[in-house]
Amino acid sequence: MEFKTDNSPFTGSTSNIGSVMRQVLYALIPGVLVMFYFYGWGVLINIVLAIIIAVSFEVLSLWLRKRPIKPFLADYSAIVTACLFALSIPPLAPWWILMVGLFFAIVIAKHLYGGLGYNPFNPAMVGFAVLIVSFPLEMTQWIRPEFSNGLMPSLTDSLRIVFNGFESLYSLNQWDAVTMATPLDDMKTELKSGHYFSEVIRTNGYGFVSGKAWELVSLAYLGGGLWLLYKGIINWRIPVSLLLTLAIVAIIVGWLEPDTKQSSLFHLFSGATMLGAFFIATDPVSASTTPRGQLFYGASIGFFIYVIRTWGNYPDAVAFSVLIMNMSVPMIDYFTQPRVFGAKSGGK
Amino acid sequence: MTEEQEKQSPTVDYLQLTKDGLWYNNPGLVQLLGLCPLLAVTNNVVNGIGLGIATLVTLVISNASISFSRNWVRKEIRIPFYVLVIASNVTVIDLLMNAWLAQLHLVLGIFIPLIVTNCAIIGRAEAYASRNDMLPAIVDGIMMGIGFMLVLVALSAIREIIGSGTLFINAEVMFGEAAKNLTVTVFDDYKGFLLAILPPGAFLGMGFLIAFKNIVDKQLAKRKKNSLSAIPVIVK
Repeated sequence: MEFKTDNSPFTGSTSNIGSVMRQVLYALIPGVLVMFYFYGWGVLINIVLAIIIAVSFEVLSLWLRKRPIKPFLADYSAIVTACLFALSIPPLAPWWILMVGLFFAIVIAKHLYGGLGYNPFNPAMVGFAVLIVSFPLEMTQWIRPEFSNGLMPSLTDSLRIVFNGFESLYSLNQWDAVTMATPLDDMKTELKSGHYFSEVIRTNGYGFVSGKAWELVSLAYLGGGLWLLYKGIINWRIPVSLLLTLAIVAIIVGWLEPDTKQSSLFHLFSGATMLGAFFIATDPVSASTTPRGQLFYGASIGFFIYVIRTWGNYPDAVAFSVLIMNMSVPMIDYFTQPRVFGAKSGGK
Repeated sequence: MTEEQEKQSPTVDYLQLTKDGLWYNNPGLVQLLGLCPLLAVTNNVVNGIGLGIATLVTLVISNASISFSRNWVRKEIRIPFYVLVIASNVTVIDLLMNAWLAQLHLVLGIFIPLIVTNCAIIGRAEAYASRNDMLPAIVDGIMMGIGFMLVLVALSAIREIIGSGTLFINAEVMFGEAAKNLTVTVFDDYKGFLLAILPPGAFLGMGFLIAFKNIVDKQLAKRKKNSLSAIPVIVK
């Protein structure tokens, strides 16, 4: 039994889930291009493979749930999940990493909860969290983002690495030379061992703000995100409150303990901050829906990103922060219901 | 519970007791009782069997003693009485395990004393043992205990195979040195899937087990319905 309830305004609108999701995909393009420039074919292989796997899982789940397949595929949500997931895992990750992650993302986090619109957790981030907890080694091997040093694998080599494992091409030592810790991870280790932030940031490979590749990748995501804002696909509240909180917390802690913690610019432009702020935290299904709630939701994610990055065990924290706040969304929405028009404040 | 009900002792259907304990009223899958130890210790099969046997023995002894003493305990104080009985049983089992299966006792740790708070046991004491004769109460305890143990074993087997690719790892802590070769490596060169060993694996595995049971039940009901609906056709 279904009661169809439309919200006002009742004027016709051409936008539907499919077109919104397509806009999100377009907005990802600059980020993908920059990542492709720095990380090579692995990025594209990840995306193509993830889309194929995600769509297969989607079809399988819809078929098992006896739902019509075509209309649900046409909403592009599986493809967006696949792209976000593929961009958050290391390029040249083995193929089974994608299989396991997307199984958890599409089948468990999305369809077991009732499909698109009913999932309390962001599917891509569930897949990512499962992987980073279960396979920390495979999930932290990012290749060195330098295109010129001749170590970047070609397309065929990349395919061989993805499907046969890096052992088929490199010895362990060589592979160690091809991969490296991400700036976020590296900075954390350096700071823990007593070095000062201003000292480490000047070393080779850190670029201007947060690592040669990462600052540009983040800028590209920021551009895509601003375009989404301009198009009205996402609301400003979540990304702005998220980024502001992260920056302010970093400034406060940096003021209390000068030079022993990452600067706020470093936090903003490293890891998945920008991707998370504009593309992941704004997921309309799993994010808070009330205006005040969205501010609180975004701010809490920013706060948790800082806390987990600084005092946690994992290098990046966007996935965990988003999942924690996804859990709290029903309560946030309950306490931040907007005043009904005409009612007095205080709900009386 | 009135006097009349107590005195009535209808013929006990042991087959039904068995079916209920193992399947239709399984403490793990249907009553969803005792989930805390169920989810916590089932990261390998040996732990599962260990806790399963401990729970089974506790359940049988407590059912027997509560059924035996049911006519002498005022119903106002029955719950503290159950807890006392169960707690003393568990203490005995805890000490015995510490003496004879020290290694396993170390692994299971707090979850042996915590059997006291396992709702499956106090639930059977209240729902069955306190109003039935001793023999049916014992049979009920055995069947419920086996049902609980089967769930433990099934869940821990799933988690161990997916999580570390083996079966019966650490078998020697329970069955002695001779059982060291019992460990089966299901997948060679398996990297392990840590999530299955961690708590999320327990919750997911439990969910899938319950779903599986519901599917089987549905199929059974369908078959029954089909065979029933076949009868009127024959009558015509």
